Amino acid sequence: MSAAAATGRLLPSLPRSAWIVLLSAVTAILWIAFAGQYTLPHDNDAATFETINDIREWIDANRNSNIILVVFVTGIRTLITAIFNVFLAVLQGLTWPGLITITAALGLVIGGLRLAALTGLGVLAFGVLGLWNASVDTLALTFTAVLLSLAIGIPLGIVAGRNDRFLAAIQPILDTMQIMPTFAYLAPFALFFLIGPATAAIVTMIYSVPPAIRITALGIRSVAPATVEAATSMGSTARQLLAKVQLPMARQTIVLGINQTIMMALSMVVITALVDAPGLGKDIIRSFQKNDVGQAFDAGLAIVIMAIILDRLTSRASERVDPARRATRPTPPGQTRRFAIVGLVASIVAVAIGTFVLGGGDFPDEIRFTFRGPVNDVTGWVTFNFYFLTEAIKNGVSYGLLNPLQTILTSAPWWLVVATIGGIAFLLSGLRPAVIAIVCLLVTIRIELWQHSMETLTMVLVATGLTLVIGGAFGVLSARSDRFAAFLRPLLDGAQTLPAFVYLVPAVALFGPTRFTGIVAAIIYAIPPVIRLVEIGIRTVPVAVIEAATAAGSTPRQLLWKVQLPMARPALLVAANQGIILVLAMVVVGGLVGAQALGYDVVAGFARRDFFGEGLAAGIAIVLLGIMLDRITQGAGTRQSTAEARPAVARRGA
Amino acid sequence: MTNAASATNDSSSTPTIAVRGLWKIFGPAEHKVIGTPDADLTRAELLAKTRSTVGVRDVSFDVSPGEVFVVMGLSGSGKSTLVRCLTRLIEPTAGEVLLDGEDIGKASSARLRELRRHRFAMVFQHFGLLPHRRVIDNVAYGLEIRGEDRATRHARAREMISLVGLEGHDNSYPDQLSGGMQQRVGLARALAVDPEVMLFDEPFSALDPLIRRDMQNEVIRLHHEVGKTMIFITHDLAEALKLGDHIVIMRDGAIVQRGKPAELVGAPADEYVADFVRDVPRSHVLTLRWIMRDRQDDDATDGPEFSADTIIRDAIGAAIATDKPIRVIADGTLVGVVDRVQILTAVAGSGGAP
Amino acid sequence: MNIGRLGRLVAGVTTIGLILAACTPAGSGSKGTVNIAINPWVGYEANAAVVAYLLENELGYTVVKKDLKEDVSWQGFETGEVDVIIENWGHPDLEKIYIDEKKVAEVAGTTGNVGIIGWYVPKWMVDENPDIVDSANLNKYADLFKTSESGDLGQFLGSDPSYVQYDEALMTNLGLNFKVVFSGSETASVEAMKQADAQKTPLLLYFWDPHWIHAVADYVQVNLPAYTDGCDADLEKVACAYPEYALNKVISTKFAKEGGDAATLVKNFTWTNADQNLVSDYITNQGMTADAAAAKWVADNEAVWKAWIP
Repeated sequence: MSAAAATGRLLPSLPRSAWIVLLSAVTAILWIAFAGQYTLPHDNDAATFETINDIREWIDANRNSNIILVVFVTGIRTLITAIFNVFLAVLQGLTWPGLITITAALGLVIGGLRLAALTGLGVLAFGVLGLWNASVDTLALTFTAVLLSLAIGIPLGIVAGRNDRFLAAIQPILDTMQIMPTFAYLAPFALFFLIGPATAAIVTMIYSVPPAIRITALGIRSVAPATVEAATSMGSTARQLLAKVQLPMARQTIVLGINQTIMMALSMVVITALVDAPGLGKDIIRSFQKNDVGQAFDAGLAIVIMAIILDRLTSRASERVDPARRATRPTPPGQTRRFAIVGLVASIVAVAIGTFVLGGGDFPDEIRFTFRGPVNDVTGWVTFNFYFLTEAIKNGVSYGLLNPLQTILTSAPWWLVVATIGGIAFLLSGLRPAVIAIVCLLVTIRIELWQHSMETLTMVLVATGLTLVIGGAFGVLSARSDRFAAFLRPLLDGAQTLPAFVYLVPAVALFGPTRFTGIVAAIIYAIPPVIRLVEIGIRTVPVAVIEAATAAGSTPRQLLWKVQLPMARPALLVAANQGIILVLAMVVVGGLVGAQALGYDVVAGFARRDFFGEGLAAGIAIVLLGIMLDRITQGAGTRQSTAEARPAVARRGA
Repeated sequence: MTNAASATNDSSSTPTIAVRGLWKIFGPAEHKVIGTPDADLTRAELLAKTRSTVGVRDVSFDVSPGEVFVVMGLSGSGKSTLVRCLTRLIEPTAGEVLLDGEDIGKASSARLRELRRHRFAMVFQHFGLLPHRRVIDNVAYGLEIRGEDRATRHARAREMISLVGLEGHDNSYPDQLSGGMQQRVGLARALAVDPEVMLFDEPFSALDPLIRRDMQNEVIRLHHEVGKTMIFITHDLAEALKLGDHIVIMRDGAIVQRGKPAELVGAPADEYVADFVRDVPRSHVLTLRWIMRDRQDDDATDGPEFSADTIIRDAIGAAIATDKPIRVIADGTLVGVVDRVQILTAVAGSGGAP
Repeated sequence: MNIGRLGRLVAGVTTIGLILAACTPAGSGSKGTVNIAINPWVGYEANAAVVAYLLENELGYTVVKKDLKEDVSWQGFETGEVDVIIENWGHPDLEKIYIDEKKVAEVAGTTGNVGIIGWYVPKWMVDENPDIVDSANLNKYADLFKTSESGDLGQFLGSDPSYVQYDEALMTNLGLNFKVVFSGSETASVEAMKQADAQKTPLLLYFWDPHWIHAVADYVQVNLPAYTDGCDADLEKVACAYPEYALNKVISTKFAKEGGDAATLVKNFTWTNADQNLVSDYITNQGMTADAAAAKWVADNEAVWKAWIP
């Protein structure tokens, strides 16, 4: 509200659209006058990069002599490695029949027979795909990272749930942790914690701890204030309030947070294969390096299956602890106990068979199925025969959108770009976001990555735009047709969990090593939540409103454009915001397939010592772009809603 | 009930609760207003000037042992804030709250917790039950947190559950009960700790009218049975008149009138209160004292005798049965008479106030 | 409620698992462990596969393969995580730090493979324009190579940033109208090569030999001004071809001292480009695992590897 009020105070009473036109006109005139001047071309040997390189050299040289560094770092590394080894020993010690049965038993107890079938067959599939050991490694690594995330995230989340100041203080840190590309901190962490599962667990934890904190805090905060007040009025101590009221009531949300944490961790463990983390990630990266889509697909499929198993188990567990469900869908009495006994007995028998009959041996080689051949055939056929079409699409977007926008951003004087983006941020979102945007841009200038930042910004804007247009269309279709939605759902699940390295090879074959390939990868990754958010936004328009509009004689088209879309605006704005953040996450992956700019800098910084400084600076620049775009879009969301609230107040006054 | 309770009130001993000059101001200027000329600004003026809102403005009152004390006002009048200030669920800005002479404002947090555990209990508009606990564990919560063992607290909780008429629902979860039943759980929970003072924050306004009437009767019954001091917040005048021994009416954080039900209806202090009581059936609230006239010489002297504190409604039957004026007696002497004209006027709902 | 029971179930099963895990017998008597870094290209993997196979099956060592980029592998010498880099493409900067300054690694002889880095075009382009193989004529064809990424210039596809390259300096110093666009990874470069060959689209790129792609698609090297000693000393002024690399092996000093037979085998290991391309082809195009490929090559070439065994 302060943002809207500020805009109101600072600007004379022209409509916002008029200000935007004015801003565009002034920008255009200044650009024509000054294009090509005051630009900041890229320099690979910029002083900032050298400084960071020097710091790295210093750490490298002193790593073994600084006692505190040695003890602290070695201690953490040893501890985490030990945790990983325990998980691994347990999972391996259960043997393959044991692990399959136990997962099925968990499914049985938590969700009944259907879930048991899903989870049991899913784990069996790891072995059938010939990826048993790699899958077990990945599971152990994921559990280690999740354990760390929860051990840190839940206590911090509880504090953040009870303390506004603390929440406000950690919010930007959490944002940074999620926007900062893993590639950028993979190398520094490997520098400290060396290669191996410990580093992998730590970098994964950095990515997966924010949802644990945020969702726990949300859970604590959404406990009905009336209940908290009632408990306080009865004389509960802070500890009693937490243990007897807030935590039990937030339980469902916290389990949901665990679910999100697992999903995040799983999406990150693949990339940690680059610091020698064991598991499916290695198979995927190795296949990627051999351009073997089929082999990558097998391993990617194993990741997807693992994601589905863990997701279903935890989300069903969270439903179970939902008190509201008790009244509507009670579990038949005694069933849980029966299932638990059956599951326990079966598990013990299976572990015993695995250990004593099969001698703890590997999953039998005789049972094998692979998608490698067919997937490679299909990929080969598609990439050969569709090239003419994809080439045309790529050229259309590149010449039509990317090149002009990139030319404008890189040839305009830097002060004009800063001022214009600041102006747009001010008009859309208010003073605070505008200041943040300007500061972010100035810092990218300071770390000497202006040109690459502008190039990456171009790609991010185009990718987000395409994601919103395509995602919006699919979202509308899903909202209007249950069958379409049901058809789309598994595809979206797959697109979100399938590691990018699997589809990067066909993408680069179809679109060449270009910026557009990076954009394609970003769209695939960012579109599922956009589609879901749009669908939810439209579907949750109140039935009464739809009925009223229909009764007034609206056509379905009018209903969509005049009622559903305008009312779904908050959801659409969230979709835009989410889209941008997810697109940013793929900037570095784009760097692997010809996207240049910041993504390439980060990749280079990871691969080469002399690019370390530039890579790290580029990682920071990506975060800065992320914060800037996030604040502008978030601000636009809140501003919209206050703008709606204002006339209502005015009416009431009159 | 009103008669009985007001009798105890009249024999005023030390008040159970005494509130003195209580203020609550929300916002940045919380501690910069009281004692300055700003304190006299209206709510809207103060908000414009300091971006702070007055929740409670210089409120004082006494609550006698065993009475039902009702605080009434529309939403935003500060009544809910006021009741929360009593146990410092909201920290008052200024003023004193005395419980049996002890200044609650000066209590340490441990002492405050002690008071909340043993001396006060509160019933909330939205129940505030713990959805993850069974009814019996909800009722036993207050005993649990003060460290009583399971057997003791369950025995006590069962007793309370049957007192509020929920036998057989011990093991249900709150979301399996209707709204009225949930509020009975809230009542039982408050009663379980055997408090000295019970605070009710609009406990029935989320309920259907019929259930609300049942619950009001329930409170009256419980008050008779357990005899607690009760402070009852409501926005419903009928509820206030039905339950209250004393009523205060609040507006914009301040008390605009205080008194017994009949005093409010019979003599509204200002337009605001008058507006409130306009639709109240006067014959249901006023006593004969409010409508009697002086005895004139030609009045018959053998008409029926009634106490001056009799509600008009209760005298209608007698008035119809006889032509003679009713003789109104207070303290054994004749203080006036009432004939059909006064009674009909009161029933018709106009005039009547001296 | 359910959660409590569930928790107990999980705890019980976990305990059983732990006990069983503790009971399973540990690895049988191995002569020692050798940590081999696996750098991310197939030729490297081929070398490593054969060496690892022999270490395990002929000498009885346990081999741990670690998938690492080059830079990180060198760090591993210092930390003890890595014993062997089995194919090193001349990293003077890293050699200076880890061999000369920190003295944690040393060169263990050449692999026998000759590494060639250069500029390549598809063969069909050479068939159409024979003079394209001379870098002096490239400007004539610059327009052919123009893409959406290169603006008004021709596109030159640079590679994975981890490889030694100075193409941007070459463009300037040779006066060529090309813009270097980095593919970002070997994978992307290889896909581009496959498509340029299959779709007959023009492509000029940085690539190298030995590499299995040469068995799949025909590419011809473009001649740059000949390499002379020291012509690449100043990367700002460089105007000559990349040198040929006699690829070598690097091992940690600790392994060199204490590695026994394993260290000797690694030092003795040497073979030809044809040998490596064969094993690479098994791995990449015949669908074999690295281990199976190594086994097949070892079975067929006993005469070659017998000489390496101490």
